[in-house]
Amino acid sequence: MPKRQDIHKILVIGSGPIVIGQAAEFDYAGSQACQSLREEGYEVILINSNPATIMTDTTIADRVYIEPITLDFAKRVIYKERPDAVLGSLGGQTGLNLVVELHNDGILDECGVEILGTDLHAINRAEDRELFRALMQDIHEPVPESAIVHSVDLAVDFCNTHGYPVVVRPAYTLGGTGGGFADNEEELREICEAGLKISPVGQCLIEQSIAGYKEIEYEVMRDAHDNAIVVCNMENVDPVGIHTGDSIVVAPVQTLTDRENQMLRSASLKIIRALKICGGCNVQLALDPQSFKYYVIEVNPRVSRSSALASKATGYPIAKISAKLAVGLTLDEILNPITKTSYACFEPAIDYVVTKFPRFPFDKFPSADRHLGTQMKATGEVMSIGRNFEESFLKAVRSLEMKVDHVEKKEFTGMDQMQLMEKIKKNDDERIFAIAQWLRNGYDMSVIVEETKMDAFFISHIKRIVELEKEMKEHPKDIEVLKKLKTFGFADSYIARNWDMKEKEVYDLRKANGIIPVFKMVDTCAGEFTSATPYFYSSYEQENESIRSDKQKIVVLGSGPIRIGQGVEFDYATVHCVETLRKAGYEAIIINNNPETVSTDFSISDKLYFEPLTTEDVMHVIELEKPLGVIVQFGGQTAINLAESLVEHGVKILGTSLEDIDRAEDRHEFEAMLKKLDIPQPQGETAVTVEEALVIAQKIGYPVLVRPSYVLGGRAMEIVHNDDELKIYMATAVKEISHDAPILVDKYIVGKELEIDAIADGENVFIPGVMEHIERAGVHSGDSISVYPTQSISQEVKDKIIDYGIRIGEGFHFIGLYNIQFIVDKEDNVYVLEVNPRSSRTVPFLSKITGIHMSNIATKAILGHSITEQGYTPGYHSDDHQRVFVKAPVFSFAKLRHVDTVLGPEMKSTGEALGSDVNLEKALYKALVASGVNVPMHGNVLLTIADEDKSEALQLAKRFADIGYGIYATKGTAKFLEENGLFVHYADKIEEGGDNTVVEIIRHGRVNFVINTMSNKTNSTSRDGFVIRRVAAENNISCMTSLDTAEALIRVLESLSFSMISMNEMGK
Amino acid sequence: MERLLILEDGSVFKGTAFGSDNFRIGELVFNTSMTGYQEILTDNSYCGQIVLMTYPLIGNYGVNRDDNESIIPAVFGFVVKDYCDQPNNWRSQETLDAYLKRVDIPGLYGVDTRAITRKLRDKGTMRATLANADADVEAIVQTLKETDFLHDQVKRVSSSKIFPIPNRGKKVVLMDFGAKMGIVRELSKRGCDLIVVPYNTPADVIMGFHPDGVVLSNGPGNPEDVPEVIETVRQLIPQTVVFGICLGHQLISLACGAKTYKLKFGHRGANHPVVDLRTGTVLITSQNHGFAVDIDSLKNTRLEMTHQALNDKSCEGVAHKDYPCFSMQFHPEASAGPLDSENLFDHFMDVLEKENHYA
Repeated sequence: MPKRQDIHKILVIGSGPIVIGQAAEFDYAGSQACQSLREEGYEVILINSNPATIMTDTTIADRVYIEPITLDFAKRVIYKERPDAVLGSLGGQTGLNLVVELHNDGILDECGVEILGTDLHAINRAEDRELFRALMQDIHEPVPESAIVHSVDLAVDFCNTHGYPVVVRPAYTLGGTGGGFADNEEELREICEAGLKISPVGQCLIEQSIAGYKEIEYEVMRDAHDNAIVVCNMENVDPVGIHTGDSIVVAPVQTLTDRENQMLRSASLKIIRALKICGGCNVQLALDPQSFKYYVIEVNPRVSRSSALASKATGYPIAKISAKLAVGLTLDEILNPITKTSYACFEPAIDYVVTKFPRFPFDKFPSADRHLGTQMKATGEVMSIGRNFEESFLKAVRSLEMKVDHVEKKEFTGMDQMQLMEKIKKNDDERIFAIAQWLRNGYDMSVIVEETKMDAFFISHIKRIVELEKEMKEHPKDIEVLKKLKTFGFADSYIARNWDMKEKEVYDLRKANGIIPVFKMVDTCAGEFTSATPYFYSSYEQENESIRSDKQKIVVLGSGPIRIGQGVEFDYATVHCVETLRKAGYEAIIINNNPETVSTDFSISDKLYFEPLTTEDVMHVIELEKPLGVIVQFGGQTAINLAESLVEHGVKILGTSLEDIDRAEDRHEFEAMLKKLDIPQPQGETAVTVEEALVIAQKIGYPVLVRPSYVLGGRAMEIVHNDDELKIYMATAVKEISHDAPILVDKYIVGKELEIDAIADGENVFIPGVMEHIERAGVHSGDSISVYPTQSISQEVKDKIIDYGIRIGEGFHFIGLYNIQFIVDKEDNVYVLEVNPRSSRTVPFLSKITGIHMSNIATKAILGHSITEQGYTPGYHSDDHQRVFVKAPVFSFAKLRHVDTVLGPEMKSTGEALGSDVNLEKALYKALVASGVNVPMHGNVLLTIADEDKSEALQLAKRFADIGYGIYATKGTAKFLEENGLFVHYADKIEEGGDNTVVEIIRHGRVNFVINTMSNKTNSTSRDGFVIRRVAAENNISCMTSLDTAEALIRVLESLSFSMISMNEMGK
Repeated sequence: MERLLILEDGSVFKGTAFGSDNFRIGELVFNTSMTGYQEILTDNSYCGQIVLMTYPLIGNYGVNRDDNESIIPAVFGFVVKDYCDQPNNWRSQETLDAYLKRVDIPGLYGVDTRAITRKLRDKGTMRATLANADADVEAIVQTLKETDFLHDQVKRVSSSKIFPIPNRGKKVVLMDFGAKMGIVRELSKRGCDLIVVPYNTPADVIMGFHPDGVVLSNGPGNPEDVPEVIETVRQLIPQTVVFGICLGHQLISLACGAKTYKLKFGHRGANHPVVDLRTGTVLITSQNHGFAVDIDSLKNTRLEMTHQALNDKSCEGVAHKDYPCFSMQFHPEASAGPLDSENLFDHFMDVLEKENHYA
């Protein structure tokens, strides 16, 4: 069927800021979709609040609205643009939800806007539990039986009919607490009774348990002609019970016979046909490992994280094709973009094994509950490709950047059987490492299978790895063994450790003996058809398929998995760098391992190598391609960290040199350089012992900022106020302190934080803008609300910042991008906090709001084109005074249990949203709304304030009161506010119990905001503060832990509201 | 133990042995299915061929008693990238290695199967053999060059005598050219009272059973190698309902005056899109064929093309304009492969009902 001619203008909804469960994959899907629709001649209007994405580049759609993805703002866009249709199925859950809201509002009918892709019926039937069950019953697809009960007897009745085991889930409890599995009536009575008590509505869901079943996923596509295909099937290594986003996943399925596979495939196709989706859909199924029995677990009627993975795993661009299907094209008339000779209506055949590992944020949140369950906790993922399971698996392990290069963790090596079993039973992110250690210690494999319900296939392959380790240890430096180890994916660094060699020696030994990998192509067809896809992976095989061209080429290193502190912003910069290189006539080669991102779309670069970002894996590509050099400054700390070892291998780093990178990153060289440039920085020194740290702190005076050197995103960074805190920090926060990795002790200056991103060409510097942070220093810049242009600093201070920025760029001989963080104290002294010799988190934000495409200019500078030559005047780019732009952080706290939400020097946000308007208050309002904060004109606020902050908080409380907000406060705070003439509702302490405790007030939504500040002095109330913050996070009530954020909020509220002040108060 | 795969173009791939050591010269072909190695191994259409699986991990779920497509497999060799010797599946009864040893088929793993696939794709299928590591490669290559492809595969795999598979439904004669069990299963599932006959059973013997219809099964090799069957089919078409699958499809076409030709490297896999020309719908099909019906040659016949491969546009199905006779190049019985075209058996049952109602 030809494409629709009756629609011309399509509104595409993006997925908004990155949160756990909805991340960079939607930038990839969304960008693909917009381009795909434009290819077909449609006018594309985009709404997405996330500035850090490729999708919100003005080149992606005809009109890009970086506005909050809410009913209110989407309606404004619709009234203004009058689209013919809306496409929400490429914007994740956010996109679908907005489509439903728009429909319910009536605006779609009013303006004659048609829903494309997944229509309202499909959304409702897939998302509504009862409608979904009814649909499954209609088409005879099994779903686990379940019932909502209000009494234990009803639960028992249910189980008498449907049998045990069941899972009991109390309704509306915090993070699913209080539920459990019941194998018999006795257990059921006990768990259900407790569950009913815990549930505020006295209600439990009883569901047939399918825990331990194999979890199998099918990515399916359907067109308007009812053709339906499976793009990819995937098997979770972790059985049902762990969210697929947190599971290790392999593609294709490994342990299913064809009969099982076809049975589930047919079920998946039946489901997408029943839902009548035009586009992609994800079907998750549970298969009994002991029979043909299966259940449909869940259907996502849209592109998803899994579909991004499936796209990268097979080469089949699901989102791109989905968009075309949404406008009426059929699968058999769309060419397969990979082979260009076959059609999109076929099922990819792959001839390799794909492994996906989730990347968890627990390195940043050591206190978090690491237990894995149905709530996703991973922030990102890595994918790897190999020609055997072991190779694929081990490549994924070393792509994680979790300081492991093998399925082995030091902490587990000394553990005995009991300790390991305990660890395995914990079911956390480290379980796979404990399993490997268990096998390494020679314990019984079947116990693991029994305990974890992982398929023995996977366990026996890990055992194969462990057996190879033994062979390795018994035959040091044996060439034949080395060959075998490499075939099965062992890392040089791991072999080197075991053979007592240097990594480079292993590398050289291999090279001397011809043990080098070849590169195979990802072609969707297992080699059946000729294909020219520039998408490769390495393997120790015979035939190399990646043919080096004669063109001048440059390798760009990506930034690996998305984690807190290194997000999609770096992918944005990488993609722009590659685009610029290609435009300049170079062959641009990307190495990266993140399946979610735009940079690993094979059409972005001239060649894509899907590989771990380690020295050896990168070197293999370099030795084949012989590029002019490697660009490391766009791939975040991941790429920067590789610079040194690449230089050791004789590789040329393009842009800022390794020496100059080190000058910015090495504490001593950095200090010396700043001194030379006569630029002040907060006083500080390095320490390797507790005693040294105490002496330094005494000398410079508390409070001090302490952190390990070479950190990313402020990891393990803390502000300490006295000797005791410092001692605790030194003892607990840092695992290893050595001369190679000392602790930095700096004076903590209270003041405003500002930040610049700039470009240098080796001689001149160009600064597109200065950003001001709302929160005072002490809150990590990534977690601060950031404003452009600056609002509260004097021109003098700004000039000083620009001057320092220029002097640093020139003095450090930077070539390309760099980022500087400044602090300005009360006396308007400007200090430099840190200099990052690379692209930063704020580059996409600043690029978009200033219209200066920083990565492009920087790339050209790296290629030798001076700033002047590129048509820019060195110095400061004049500010845009027409509009104010605000970037607000977005957190995923509700999903990470036990993580303290208090903001500090350690970064905690997962994403960001942009708001812009004609003044600060409006821009702030949009940014807050876009970041998920509800900002009602009337409401209540709860204050629980540390003593030292009380006077400052009083001013805020007064302002809340003036606009008619009700004020709740805990006893101490309430008394203080009352004494100062405010009307306050008292909130009881947690231990007092009853309906009026702070916790109950938050849980029942009696307040709209919580403002909570922590005392510097550690005392008993700190535990209460933690609980308050957690309860707020889990009940979706915004909790501000910085008075600056609260002040920003009240400014917004004031601008929305009317203030009630008597004439007398005004003194008239 | 090391073992070699030697191709007629002189290329040699060294890997590790598994299965038996019953080396025979065969046509090396590749299959792109990611699951279903047991069905593929036991599919008698592979008689005389050495099968290479493009999916690298084979043996994962072992071998079970239920998923065989024949009792005695006729494959001459099996080549994979990574063999799994510790299979796991609730139905698994033995390892693939143990099975291959038992049915006397040699295997090889640890070779660059993708490189070999690309070679076959570019140069076409080739004669090949597995051999011991110390074999005289030159002599073997010479032998390979001199050896003709087999011409008697159908005879090798067809049943030697007539036997019934009783039921109470429609009476159907299944001409066995190496029929997959899947075809029998689908017909039995629909209640067909089956009589299985050898490939060379004459038309009058078949019609002597007074069947409601005849199914021509899949089978190995070149359809022109069995001229006597072509003649039988020619006689059957005006007399009864005839449904052909794979080789059966080619025989119907030849019987009606069309021509067949050898494809460069064939269609072997579970992901082949086929357009139903009458509805425009695309089916994802399971395929295993090295020959195809020449579309141009259909012009002078009473056949019309009903199904066509989406990718290489080759003929995937025909129907007779005058008689209740139709056939598919692909496998509606799947095994292994997608179940998208299962309903062609329902269509067959409908035709049986209709034709025999008025008869």
